[in-house]
Amino acid sequence: MAEAIKYRKERIDRGIKARSDTIYMLSSYRELLYILFPRVLPISFLLLSPIFIGGGYWGKVIFYSCTFALLALSWDLLASVGLISLGQALFFGVGSYVAGGFNFYFKWPLFLTIPLATFGGALICTFLLVPVLRLRGVYFSMVTLILPLLFDHLIETLEILGGTHGLLSLSPFPSHWMAVYIAVVSVILCLFGFRRLLHEDYGFVLRGIREDDRVVMAGGINIYWYKAQTIFIAAMVGCFAGALMTHYYQFVGRSAFALDNTILPLAGVVLGGSGNFAGSVLGTFILVPLSEALRALGGLRMALYSLILIIALATLPEGIFHYLERKYHQFERMVSI
Amino acid sequence: MADEVILKVENLTKRFGGIIAVDQVSFELKQGEFLGLIGPNGSGKTTLINLITGFVKPTSGRIYYRNMEITHCPPYQIACLGIARSFQMVRAFHKIPAYKNLIVPLYSPRVRKLSGGKYGERDDMAIDLLDDFGFERDSFVPYKPAGSLPHGYLKRLDLARCMALRPELLILDELFSGMTMSEVSATLPLIEKFNREGLTIIMVEHRLKELFRVANRVIVLNFGRKIADGPPREAMSQKEVQRAYLGTETEG
Ligand SMILES: Nc1ncnc2c1ncn2[C@@H]1O[C@H](COP(=O)(O)OP(=O)(O)OP(=O)(O)O)[C@@H](O)[C@H]1O
Ligand SMILES: [Mg+2]
Repeated sequence: MAEAIKYRKERIDRGIKARSDTIYMLSSYRELLYILFPRVLPISFLLLSPIFIGGGYWGKVIFYSCTFALLALSWDLLASVGLISLGQALFFGVGSYVAGGFNFYFKWPLFLTIPLATFGGALICTFLLVPVLRLRGVYFSMVTLILPLLFDHLIETLEILGGTHGLLSLSPFPSHWMAVYIAVVSVILCLFGFRRLLHEDYGFVLRGIREDDRVVMAGGINIYWYKAQTIFIAAMVGCFAGALMTHYYQFVGRSAFALDNTILPLAGVVLGGSGNFAGSVLGTFILVPLSEALRALGGLRMALYSLILIIALATLPEGIFHYLERKYHQFERMVSI
Repeated sequence: MADEVILKVENLTKRFGGIIAVDQVSFELKQGEFLGLIGPNGSGKTTLINLITGFVKPTSGRIYYRNMEITHCPPYQIACLGIARSFQMVRAFHKIPAYKNLIVPLYSPRVRKLSGGKYGERDDMAIDLLDDFGFERDSFVPYKPAGSLPHGYLKRLDLARCMALRPELLILDELFSGMTMSEVSATLPLIEKFNREGLTIIMVEHRLKELFRVANRVIVLNFGRKIADGPPREAMSQKEVQRAYLGTETEG
């Protein structure tokens, strides 16, 4: 008889998870580490990178990355209820102009304009989008794409809110560090907050709406009310990002409604992987610094940038985060039989 | 109040372009009745269900639930009044674990008012409920994504989703289609039990043998019109019904 096998390989992940994704059974210090590592790593990276990189040019890049990460998180939240936005620039622009306008015309300090832009801006965006909530799929996307263009043209032709020149010399943050840390902490809060939310009962209602809204209606839930709430939360995050950028630059202009503010976060989500929020943050934190680094190349920049994006998508269509997550869950250990 | 009228349908008509899917249908349903709704393919059974549950708006006619008009109410309001429905084509949240599929009805205003339930408690409620429908709590079945379950399980998941709403009127659209014999014989007694406990049921079914074991009344539709209404044996013995089921208009 062959020698008895005493050990077998087991995925650490399998051993810890008690049937479902959210219930863990931890029995050792190392298992705790296995659970904590993926959470501690991004938090410490986000909190420490501004210190290591310092102020200067790359300090600014960290700040940009954060604002775009917020827009990407906002996009991913909308997607979780099945709304595909092509108008993150709407949130960004409305937030920027509410903060900029109140600061410029009424001299409100930034600790008032930013919360006002967050809530007031989100209300404006929600009211604009609620009438089209019944539109499905691409029709909703089209409307979100058009609205920022509309605002852009209104500001240009009516010469309101500074017209083509924009609003200048707005109040700055007391320091670069304050701006960066507000941005970084917001990204962390949104990232973990949204991940948590989607595991709550509320989140399962949102996911249900994305998968089959008729079943949700038959379950006694008003899908339009939930979609409106989701738009409000997503708009708050996007408007907040815009307000931060306005005061960081001390300027707001028509560029706030530019297509870039839609495309870049979306590209970040696609690169990192959608549906889990972590991918959105990871993707933007790769893309934004990358596009800055390529700035030195001048005209070739966009070409190279696009090439990198295409290669990344062709090799990892599910997104970088999903790939990493899968690999991490495949780690094995020996267990006695 | 055993004889209270729970549902009243008056001259209900639905046209889709040139087709009249439901044609001047009227009937009353009393509390506790078990109504079988039958008819050949395309006779308007599903459309009638969609009209009652608000998923399709009628061309003309009215619908009352416990003397309250619900003709123009949206589906979620009708569901919250206690009318639960299953779908003929299997519908489920495929990427979500089976038991989490029940969170939606459990989170509805109706159930929250009736039974409360906090985060986590609803999970237990869902697992308890699914256990009754053959998703054994100690197996992996309730925790698997709904999309990975066989057809028969999805059909029962749909039924469990209806029951999670704590309905007063249950409308089942071909629940048994695609179920195995053993699944049917496990599910039928459950439905019978719900009815004995006071639940009013409308059941669309092509498996007439099973249906007639439980239903005490049938309505037969043909080309959208109601052609018979009464106890199963009487309704089925009518000439027009037999003609409709044989699929010919001429007598041999
Ligand atoms: N959304 C729609 N648009 C156009 N026609 C429709 C629509 N829904 C149903 N119909 C038509 O209405 C008629 C009734 O269809 P319905 O699905 O209600 O029949 P049914 O009795 O449920 O049939 P089955 O036994 O096959 O399920 C059919 O002729 C069908 O083609
Ligand atoms: Mg049908």
